[in-house]
Amino acid sequence: MAKRLDLKAVDIFYGDFHAVQDVNLSVSPRSVTSFIGPSGCGKSTVLRTLNRMHEEIPGARVDGEVLLDGEDIYARNADAVAVRRTIGMVFQRPNPFPTMSIRDNVVAGLKLQGVRDKKKLDEVAEASLRGANLWKEVKDRLDKPGGGLSGGQQQRLCIARAIAVQPDVLLMDEPCSALDPISTLAIEDLIGDLKKEYTIVIVTHNMQQAARVSDQTAFFNLEATGKPGKLVEIDDTEKIFSNPREQATEDYISGRFG
Amino acid sequence: MSTATGLNSPERPATTPTFQAPSTGRKIKNNVATFLVGLAFVIALIPLVWVLATVVVRGIGAILSSDWWGKSLSGVLPESYAGGVYHAIYGTLIQAALAAVIAVPIGILAAIYLVEYGRGRLARTTSFMVDILAGVPSIVAALFVFAAFISILGAEQSAFMVSLALVLLMLPVVIRNTEEMLRLVPDELREAAYALGIPKWKTILRIVLPTALSGTVTGVMLALARVMGETAPVLVLVGYSQSINFDPFSGNMASLPLLMFSELSNPEPSGQFRIWGAALTLIGIIMILQLGASVVSRFSAISK
Repeated sequence: MAKRLDLKAVDIFYGDFHAVQDVNLSVSPRSVTSFIGPSGCGKSTVLRTLNRMHEEIPGARVDGEVLLDGEDIYARNADAVAVRRTIGMVFQRPNPFPTMSIRDNVVAGLKLQGVRDKKKLDEVAEASLRGANLWKEVKDRLDKPGGGLSGGQQQRLCIARAIAVQPDVLLMDEPCSALDPISTLAIEDLIGDLKKEYTIVIVTHNMQQAARVSDQTAFFNLEATGKPGKLVEIDDTEKIFSNPREQATEDYISGRFG
Repeated sequence: MSTATGLNSPERPATTPTFQAPSTGRKIKNNVATFLVGLAFVIALIPLVWVLATVVVRGIGAILSSDWWGKSLSGVLPESYAGGVYHAIYGTLIQAALAAVIAVPIGILAAIYLVEYGRGRLARTTSFMVDILAGVPSIVAALFVFAAFISILGAEQSAFMVSLALVLLMLPVVIRNTEEMLRLVPDELREAAYALGIPKWKTILRIVLPTALSGTVTGVMLALARVMGETAPVLVLVGYSQSINFDPFSGNMASLPLLMFSELSNPEPSGQFRIWGAALTLIGIIMILQLGASVVSRFSAISK
């Protein structure tokens, strides 16, 4: 559980378009790293390369190495499906499976991987829902559809679903941007709990959120539209928000642009 | 904005009320438009109601007669009011069912290919061919089956040949409809499944298809209802029989449209009686299918 991620000289392309240039960074286990930066700077793109999700877009391609505890997830015989089993993801908009009950949503990953043992599935469902701070709210309606929950509850359901397959790393792509402040707070608290067991990388547009939840912050920027995005700097969150090395970072976090 | 502050600000009291009744011109236009829309609706409704009412009035006697649902016309004289049409009902149902057994799996798999896998030239060609197939008249489909299977391959006329022609007519409807339904499934659900380490084929089978199920089933039912009334294939590809034939692979077999057509040459009033009865029966069967489709889609509808 909780493995280390290293990106070495990562370049990302969509067809001919060079989306992100030369990213080098490390994420240590049991920590939260947030990616911030203006829209279009490639932070979500980088996040999606961390579990090979970007491959779903035709023409996408990655150069360089993404190492999970030293193992390249882009090695020639590495199976993308196996990579995604190890590196889970939570999306911007809550997306529970509409045809499934709350319980089935949580254990969907295991069930579709062939786990049949009902007792084990029930245990995992409870443990994951507890882990996502949702158990108390839904324990009496586990057989109701997941779509009936509120937005914040749905997002926690999606987090429960992601941790039910016991990944080593959890990626979150703006997990709170569709939620109200109270639900956001619930998710942020949850992130604090989850980092005891998982390596977490989170993309956020909300700088206060980055400051609240993360140990380490990476600032991405792009020089101009059509140019590739770049990692400007990565450092301890405290340092980035108090005394960043780069002028661009300071301009961004102090609200002068972006 | 300016009117709101103008009304409330003490420095600039409103001299005339901001909100006035709609102008007469607008009222007239509004009423004319409402009238025209309503008129169009009524005009469109007239033929529908007329046809339905005529069929019900003239056919109700036949379908309520005691032997209608349980007997064939075997040995019934043309001028006699006896006998029933269960041989034709069986024919219509079995021909449509056989067509569905072939067309539905092929159609759904083709739609999955087009939506989930199809890229580039092959997908574009397939899509184009489906469009062309959708425009093929039923008589052409029937003649094609006649030429390919009966003239060239030497098969005999049978109900199964009719089913093959119906397959050609059902396929584009099933493909197009399933395609639409699959495209309605948000990509976010596919991504959610991939992110859990679920392989693509399982994502399609267990996440995408169940989500699109109700619409797909409705589409299949509608396609079935459509081909049941097709007349050209039964005229070209199978002979009429007054008695029941359970074997769709050989011999003559009646169906409701074929029965209606052959009774047209019966000069006795009982021929008219049977035609209207068969028409009402066909409409009834199709209506039951449509109702079934809406029940199925309500049952498996995604609860929000």
